[in-house]
Amino acid sequence: MAQVFAYIEHKDGVLSDTAAELFTAAQKIDAAASVTAILMGTGDAMNNVCAEAAKIFPRVWKFDHSSLAYPNAEVVRQILVKSLPSHAIFLLPHDPFSMDLAPGLSIKLDAAYMADAVAIDGLDGTILRLVRQEYSGMAHTHIQCDVSGGLVLTLRPGVFQPEQEPSASGQVEDKSGEVDDVSVKRRFLEVVAAEAGDVDITKADILVSVGRGIEDQENIDLARELANAMGAVVSCSRPIVDAKWLEKARQVGTSGKTVSPNVYMALGISGSFQHLGGLKGSPFIVAVNKNPKAPIFQVADVGIMEDILEFIPALTEKVKG
Amino acid sequence: MDILVCVKRVPDTAENEIGIKADGTDIERGDLVYSVNEWDNYAVEEAIQIRDKVGGSVTVITVGDEESEEILRREMAMGADNGILLSDEAFEGTDGKGIASILKAAVEKGNYDLILTGAQADDGAGQVGGMLAAMLDRPYASLVNYIELVDDKKIKIGREIEGGNQEMNEIDLPCVLSIQTGINEPRYVGIRGIRKVASLEIPTYASSDLGIATNTVGAGSAKVKRIDYFVPELGEGAEMLEGTLDEKINRLIEMLKAKGGLK
Amino acid sequence: MEFALIPPGKTFLFFIPNIIFSIAIPVLGIAIFLYFIFIRATPLLKAAPDMRWNNLPERIRQFFTMWLFQIRQPRYMFAGVLHILLFAGFLILSIRSTEMVILGVFPKFVIPGFNSLLGTLYYLLKDYASTWVLIVVVVAMIRRGIFTPDRYAVPSKYGKAHTGEALFVLAMIGVLMITESLFDGSLVSAQEQKAMHTELLAPLSLSWFWSKVLIGTSVSTLQGLHTIAYYIHDLTFFTFLCFLPLGKHFHVITSAFNVFFMRTRRGNIKPVRYGVSDEKLDDLESFGVKRLEDFTWKHILDFYSCADCGRCSDNCPANTVGRPLSPRFISIKGRDLTFRNYPIFPIGAPFKQGENLIGGIFEENEIWSCTTCGACEQECPLGIEYIDKIVDLRRGMVDEGVVPQSLQKPLSAIEKRGNPWGKLEKKRVEWTNLLPEDVHVKVLDGKHQAEILYFVDSITSFDDRMQAIGCATATILSHMGENFGILGVAEKDSGHEVRRFGEEMLFQDLRSQNTEAILKSGISRIITSDPHAFNALKNDYENIPPVEHISQYLARKIRDGQLKMKRLVNGNRIYTYHDPCYLGRHNGLYDEPRAVLDAIPGIKRVDMIRCRDRSFCCGGGGLMLFYEPEEEQRMGVLRVQMAVEAGANVIVTACPFCLVNIEDAIKVAGMEGQVEAIDLAELIAQYME
Repeated sequence: MAQVFAYIEHKDGVLSDTAAELFTAAQKIDAAASVTAILMGTGDAMNNVCAEAAKIFPRVWKFDHSSLAYPNAEVVRQILVKSLPSHAIFLLPHDPFSMDLAPGLSIKLDAAYMADAVAIDGLDGTILRLVRQEYSGMAHTHIQCDVSGGLVLTLRPGVFQPEQEPSASGQVEDKSGEVDDVSVKRRFLEVVAAEAGDVDITKADILVSVGRGIEDQENIDLARELANAMGAVVSCSRPIVDAKWLEKARQVGTSGKTVSPNVYMALGISGSFQHLGGLKGSPFIVAVNKNPKAPIFQVADVGIMEDILEFIPALTEKVKG
Repeated sequence: MDILVCVKRVPDTAENEIGIKADGTDIERGDLVYSVNEWDNYAVEEAIQIRDKVGGSVTVITVGDEESEEILRREMAMGADNGILLSDEAFEGTDGKGIASILKAAVEKGNYDLILTGAQADDGAGQVGGMLAAMLDRPYASLVNYIELVDDKKIKIGREIEGGNQEMNEIDLPCVLSIQTGINEPRYVGIRGIRKVASLEIPTYASSDLGIATNTVGAGSAKVKRIDYFVPELGEGAEMLEGTLDEKINRLIEMLKAKGGLK
Repeated sequence: MEFALIPPGKTFLFFIPNIIFSIAIPVLGIAIFLYFIFIRATPLLKAAPDMRWNNLPERIRQFFTMWLFQIRQPRYMFAGVLHILLFAGFLILSIRSTEMVILGVFPKFVIPGFNSLLGTLYYLLKDYASTWVLIVVVVAMIRRGIFTPDRYAVPSKYGKAHTGEALFVLAMIGVLMITESLFDGSLVSAQEQKAMHTELLAPLSLSWFWSKVLIGTSVSTLQGLHTIAYYIHDLTFFTFLCFLPLGKHFHVITSAFNVFFMRTRRGNIKPVRYGVSDEKLDDLESFGVKRLEDFTWKHILDFYSCADCGRCSDNCPANTVGRPLSPRFISIKGRDLTFRNYPIFPIGAPFKQGENLIGGIFEENEIWSCTTCGACEQECPLGIEYIDKIVDLRRGMVDEGVVPQSLQKPLSAIEKRGNPWGKLEKKRVEWTNLLPEDVHVKVLDGKHQAEILYFVDSITSFDDRMQAIGCATATILSHMGENFGILGVAEKDSGHEVRRFGEEMLFQDLRSQNTEAILKSGISRIITSDPHAFNALKNDYENIPPVEHISQYLARKIRDGQLKMKRLVNGNRIYTYHDPCYLGRHNGLYDEPRAVLDAIPGIKRVDMIRCRDRSFCCGGGGLMLFYEPEEEQRMGVLRVQMAVEAGANVIVTACPFCLVNIEDAIKVAGMEGQVEAIDLAELIAQYME
């Protein structure tokens, strides 16, 4: 039976969506595994997020310490090296924090390391088989990890969706006593918020992308509302930038940005060669266009023949619930 | 400041359509062109800019076969002072950890205040920088998109985190940083630039030069192995949703939820 | 000959003999002038070499047409006519002015040969010349000061308008005309009063006017006027001369040289450095223009020669759409820098050198904004060159690695894959799969031979839409029974824009690969449907078989009666032909494509106002498709509007890049369904019998 640990991220007293995903992934590794959530932080909010985590995980380790006010990979690593049992399988979401923490942690634990898994085939003895993508999603590979010495594994967020509502009533174990005051060589200063208009569509998971079908500058707001409802970022095709309805930084295409979202909503975009050149990876493409011959339908996963000016507000309303 | 930049030769995805061999053992390499990993190129540009500001040197290093020399030259044409090629048959099939251990051996032969890598590569897992730092017991930061020199003991860095926000840190030297694209605008290297450095000497070190036991590297010691490549099933053209507007939207929302497009 | 008045050189100012001034003013004036010229010549001597003594018959022809006969002036009719009058007046009066200077010392001096009818005719002519020059000066002052044309405006980022300088110079010319005529008029008036023999003054001329007005004036007053007019003229003349090298009126002196030394070929790009062969280029320390002195001497002479008339920028498409480029200010900023670095004042000031032009007087975006359409050079009455300067500056930026990311990608793709999209080499022939069944295209890979090579080039090979041009061209050649083929995977990008974007070494690589493939294929002539490829093969490549654009081929076949066209149906279509820059301006092919169109029975064709050598660039081809310019609108959109204004609803062009830009522009302008665009080859493939 594998011992699996999951590093649970939380912010402002709210558990990250990835918590349930990590639990789902842990069960795919070994349905019988003992799975422990690890939460680090400080302050009153810790009790709340630990209680939330206990609804998903049978066991929760709480580390409450002032040095964990902002997650610093260097501090977190030292605690984990001290607290994790040997040969543990340690799961994290693949994100900027785990990119700081995970590779170095695997060295200190002398464990195998793999990043950004998109599927898990399962554990066979000490061999774990999983799937990842290479070349911006143009190729998939099966990976075999020898977990006899433990494993640090990061998982692509959004992929391991739980199939059922969490129903655990786990125990929270306070391990704060194991945290020592540590001297660090890297010190967090501040988070500088992205400037408005300074969006990076290349990093967005979901893009609501509009083309000439939007017809008028005022209608751009329709796309903005949908994007807000979906938690997406607004992007566009070249004519929209040319018309100065959106800034250049939002343009997808060979003369704009190359993007690799998980979901790409192409609204009123015909799908020119130049525009599609800006789409990399294998996003789930939803095309909405009133022209049935629009080339975008050739490359889209789902096509809807509608006038986007009617479609977008209707969808926004439904998404908002 | 003496800076080491770890670089890698990769198939250039901007200029390749990646196909997979019928038996799945590898991608189709017949028509591939290679170049330096895009992220590494930003790291080299950043190193050059730092050197031009405060002096010192920039060394580019790679683990690979003789063909990797071409990318070292390209980076030297950009302005790196030295190149080092770590090449040995025993290195073939080495996993990320093994690569980090080979680099560690080379790092210890020199004296570098700052080690840069690219944040990731198209065919990698974004791991070598963090592993190398841990092996060297040096502080580390990933996804660095801003570097400001404070004094000769520490630097200020920005990291790219979710939502395009930037996390600012202070980090002690010597350290290891993995560099995110967009930190600068890498300069262009033309054919002329490469010809200018064509005759420069690039030292090559094998495992014996680095004091690496060959059984600790290579495919045999790798804990992580790639078994095969495959192409996931793809449909032809879009699945057109039919029905009333409402029906279409309901169906779409179901699909979006399944794909993580609705949170 | 007796004079009614004492000649100026024999008069006195109080007790000082005025002959001193007659000698001192010219001597001092010429000395100062020569010193100024010496300073101005210094940067020319330090500049890069240039080859401007070749092709002498063409140079002489251009000298006569453009300089002496001012053929480009009437392209702006009102300003042009004014300039021609002024210029002609200057030429005529230059003899008189020289004579005036000498008369101050030798009162009885007569220009050799002028003791005859020739002299009489000359004096009549010069009387009228000074008259019309004065009228022109007045009109020009009103125009410059009150009804200033828009093109003279100076955007604030470039400094202030030179209206003051212009008015001052006009005023000096006015003074010269008035004093010269007053000098004559006062003398004639006095002679008449004394009933002496009088020279014939041209009736109704300025001198004649003075002689009539002053008829009642006392001889002593006339004497005063005569002397004063002379010395004001003398002083103004030399002030004027010395003022010329200080500003835009330097063109009065340099224009003759500038026109003589201007480019005689079109469509080509200057070598990296004159006198250095391609094989020796690797030995050069630096490439392109980075500092002022890296320009060739002719290019610095261009800076001196710019008259700031604004015609280049008025026609520049980049300037029109608000890109940060105005060719006029390439020259003006270059001139101002030259003046600043090689200062005349204070006398003896040291020369400055070595400052970087990019980031100094020029911006990166400014230099990348040029589509090399050539409209500026076509318009410049002084033969100023811009494309070579832009390319040289780009070469300098490429050498320093200063290349926008948007251009780095296609450049590196061309280097690795031979096309800017980085598509697989083997896909270069895939367009042939789209051909109709009865059209076969041979790939000249050694197994097949052909007489004609169809050079397809990258965009026609790889772009989904433009592949239709390839198919149409192949269909035409096949229909005409030609024995033709393509190079297939051996074809690389022609490198036309690679060279024009400053990556000379990559261009030379592409050229040598293509040249080798072309020669190996054993063909005897080349046809292309891409004007950029056409221009590259014709003007950038050497020692390859002759090349023809498909429009030339078609025009020839129609002329010879070998190609007949079906009657055009759908009579509500009105066609207009958009001249691609690299067919028209750079290669002079204006009539052939029009002849081909007009050979379709029933076609209705109109020309846009801006057509032929004033054609308005669609937005640029090759690498320009990848560059992300700062601009307020797209060139293509303006071009589509021009077509609509001409009453057309079908824009025919003969270049795949024009078609990309214009079709895109039709969408951007929201004019789908109202206007369409088609390539000449596509149209002919539809209508040939």
